[in-house]
Amino acid sequence: MLEYVGKIRDIARRLLSENKVDVVIGFRQGTIPMMSEPAVVSRPEDVDELYWDYNCGINLTNYLTKRTDRIGVVAKGCDSRNIVTHIVENQIKREQLYIIGVPCHGMIDRSRILAALDGQEPTAVVVNDTEIVVTGPGFERKFNRQEYLQNNCATCIHRNPVVYDELVAEKVEEQKLDDRYADVKKIEAMSPDEKWAFFDKILAPCLRCYACRNACPLCYCPTCFVDESRPQWLGKSIDPTDVRTFHFLRAYHCAGRCTDCGACERACPVNIPVRLLTKKLNMDVEDLYGFEPGMVPDVRPPLDVYRPDDPGGFIK
Amino acid sequence: MTSVIIAKSKLNDFLASLKSGYQVLGPVRQGDMIAFGPVNKAEDLALPYSNTRLSIKSVFFPQSERMFGYSLDKEDADAGIIKETPKEYPNRVVLGLRPCDAKAVTLVDVNMDNPQFQDPWWVKRRETTTLIGLGCEHPCSTCFCTSMGSGPFDETGLDVLLTELPDAYLAKSLTPKGDQLLKQAKGTDAASPANEKTAAEIKTKAEQTLPQLDTAKLKDKNMMELFNARFWERVQFACINCGACTFLCPTCWCFDIQDEVSKKAGDRIRNWDSCMFPLFTLHGTGHNPRDHKVQRVRQRFMHKLKYYIDKYGDGPACVGCGRCVQACPVNIDIRNVITLMNEYQTSAGTKA
Repeated sequence: MLEYVGKIRDIARRLLSENKVDVVIGFRQGTIPMMSEPAVVSRPEDVDELYWDYNCGINLTNYLTKRTDRIGVVAKGCDSRNIVTHIVENQIKREQLYIIGVPCHGMIDRSRILAALDGQEPTAVVVNDTEIVVTGPGFERKFNRQEYLQNNCATCIHRNPVVYDELVAEKVEEQKLDDRYADVKKIEAMSPDEKWAFFDKILAPCLRCYACRNACPLCYCPTCFVDESRPQWLGKSIDPTDVRTFHFLRAYHCAGRCTDCGACERACPVNIPVRLLTKKLNMDVEDLYGFEPGMVPDVRPPLDVYRPDDPGGFIK
Repeated sequence: MTSVIIAKSKLNDFLASLKSGYQVLGPVRQGDMIAFGPVNKAEDLALPYSNTRLSIKSVFFPQSERMFGYSLDKEDADAGIIKETPKEYPNRVVLGLRPCDAKAVTLVDVNMDNPQFQDPWWVKRRETTTLIGLGCEHPCSTCFCTSMGSGPFDETGLDVLLTELPDAYLAKSLTPKGDQLLKQAKGTDAASPANEKTAAEIKTKAEQTLPQLDTAKLKDKNMMELFNARFWERVQFACINCGACTFLCPTCWCFDIQDEVSKKAGDRIRNWDSCMFPLFTLHGTGHNPRDHKVQRVRQRFMHKLKYYIDKYGDGPACVGCGRCVQACPVNIDIRNVITLMNEYQTSAGTKA
């Protein structure tokens, strides 16, 4: 994927030089292994700051919300679907954007690799076609790339941007998967008590730092329900009831809108698999409405509209 | 100030003797993370380890804590009277925290225990807790403690400092609390000059592995010019304004106080808060003096690296533990910000 870097810089340089856009939003190379920093460039001479690798899992659509300038934006498959959602939800206009589409090979899962290293610290990580080669003081470890992709990338079926003005490379082959929802079905098969215990366990480390919410391009409300103070809907402590309420309600707010980009899970500083909640709702919306978010720019999400023939079987 | 040797084979004897007088906390495994938790035997300790995901601060300053309770039941004679929620202050030992965390505790003391204000719970927990640090033979690549006035074997704030030797720990007592603990402890042997020499070599070697960031110029910067510097725009772009950095930071001490009422009883609860959140500064009028992300991002760095230095003549309020560097979801690296601030040209003087 490193060959994308030159192409991204070329396009950005051209767009800025020709005054087609005011800024280009992309990634800068990280200061530590397996990280990268969202960056904005506004002068052609600065485009060499832009970078691309297997660690660009943050969703750049999050940086477009309510901007008023002309923006070149680097977008992988999921980012492009969130751009569509943003357009549908009036957060940005298509004509403001020049979408630099990146056919994506999947991002690598930093938290799982760090967990597998069990305290050994990586100082360099190189990804090739099949392997992730991690080196650190006195060690080298190799991980199978496919196995250590972010979980959402491993089950992604839209690696190519669905909307773009230019692609940085040929489209990649989309994955054919038997069951993208095996993890959700495993939880659905649990008894109510087991589910309760499972959710309590995964949410126990939550700090209420809201990294999951703030990394999410869908969470653009001027004031989130957890921050409302007049009236206040939710306690501020780490009482399990309040923590659960935050996570469950946030997930519901994303129903029919979430593209499973994985930014929430990637952002979590305490490794909570928050995507399991949104993914369950993605599955339900797909089952009930046959709808996949962010695929078509002129269709409002199903929970945003009423149709007389909406399925109602779940109302008991 | 004595030094003793605790052979690794006798670590359980040492722990057992500690447990007769103290609750023992230390770095233990919690899922994928290492956190401070109860230690019953040596095997519970997640050794070797780099650092805990969350800092030591919750041991003294829990994320959520009931301060007071009250009844709103009119039948109750004490209705409306706020009473302190009873708390226990057992004698505790934190075994194996990193020296940067202990240094951070002393930086937070400035806020929680000073001539003007004493936070009773912080103070009591500090009094009843003995800190046994474990020096860092192998600092992480994100560590920069020696640049922040601390170090991998910094003794500040610790009662005992352990240095890991091949088969043993050299335990150096640093305070009367530490003396008392080591005097009562079992499983210790006299330390030899050779042990001390080995420990000194380990310390020097570890210190040499750390990068040196220059912070010397921060205190002489003109505060307002630094405040208005253009680089904040660049620093803030990626920030998503989550609270990960502040919650993981060992020196971030801000909190919010909330009343939670259910039926006829209420609690007054203190929760960690974060200057990254817009709600942190939202006034009752609806006005928010830090309405924009750039103001909030700047606040965090200015507080640690300029206001603290100017106000207390000490600091910075960062110990270089690198937690925020590791945990920031968008890779905002405080090491770069320190350099930007330190190198920024302002006219002389800290005042506007």
